[in-house]
Amino acid sequence: MSTGNAFLVLSAFLASGVEMVEALTIVLAAGVARGWRSALAGLGAATLALAVVVAALGPALTHIPLQALRLVVGALLLVFGLQWLRKAILRASGYKPLHDEDEIFRRELAEAHGAARLERGSLDWYGFTLAFKGVLLEGLEVVFIVLTFGSAQGSIPLAAAGAGGALVLVGGVGVAVRAPLARVPENAMKFAVGVMLTTFGIFWSAEGAGADWPGSDASLLGVLGFVVLSSFLLVRLLRRERRSVLRTVEA
Amino acid sequence: MSRLAAFGRFWWDFVIGDDWLVAVLVAVAIGATAALAAANITAWWLLPVAVLLVLWLSLRRAIRSA
Repeated sequence: MSTGNAFLVLSAFLASGVEMVEALTIVLAAGVARGWRSALAGLGAATLALAVVVAALGPALTHIPLQALRLVVGALLLVFGLQWLRKAILRASGYKPLHDEDEIFRRELAEAHGAARLERGSLDWYGFTLAFKGVLLEGLEVVFIVLTFGSAQGSIPLAAAGAGGALVLVGGVGVAVRAPLARVPENAMKFAVGVMLTTFGIFWSAEGAGADWPGSDASLLGVLGFVVLSSFLLVRLLRRERRSVLRTVEA
Repeated sequence: MSRLAAFGRFWWDFVIGDDWLVAVLVAVAIGATAALAAANITAWWLLPVAVLLVLWLSLRRAIRSA
């Protein structure tokens, strides 16, 4: 498997895994508080809606010329990746609280318990909507990443395989434990996804803009190393700065 | 109209996110890369450097507004 394809599968797996952990937390809260029938119906309806989006957009993307596709996809991934990386660096340096699935689960559960009961058909509407919106919104990010990564690298099936692996793993563990996956190193995974998205974003948008990378696909490793090193350097700088500010405040 | 606004807001949040300046600077950097490449000047180095600067700038803005 080439460097680009290996990155493709890994990126799709990590990005999908992170989003699926978040979707699972919401579905669990809806199921526990409002009943599993409505939560699972919401999950099923959102999965169908996502399948329609993939079926509509997937084949269309394969007809766009590769250079134009890489320019647009690269630019989108770069903006998207920088959002993830920015949040991950702020979390790692202590400027933003870490993502806590247990806390999110408790909050969703309290809100779901407090909401009024409105039945449509035999379904609790709040539970259905909560699960539907949660899965649809988190799933759209997975669809976006799988389609853009897959089409720009020339293999949507490989990207889908990465996402499928994450679905089997997160779904399987979720069914087994029926609790939010708080032990998943979600913050570290988000950092990794931010790094991957930014790396691919830099690589493809430069190619799409007409630049030639020295060493072609192999330079992805160089870009990856640059993004990783820069990110860790920024985390260290910001951590040191934060400690110094806190010391000044305490003094 | 409010549904249209909500739809627009969803896509704005989804793609642009918390800091619109990132999207603008990335677009400028890609444009500059294209200009260099069109003039047959080596251009691959520009985006990594620009990304580091954009990230630093965006982090400073986030910390200031926190």
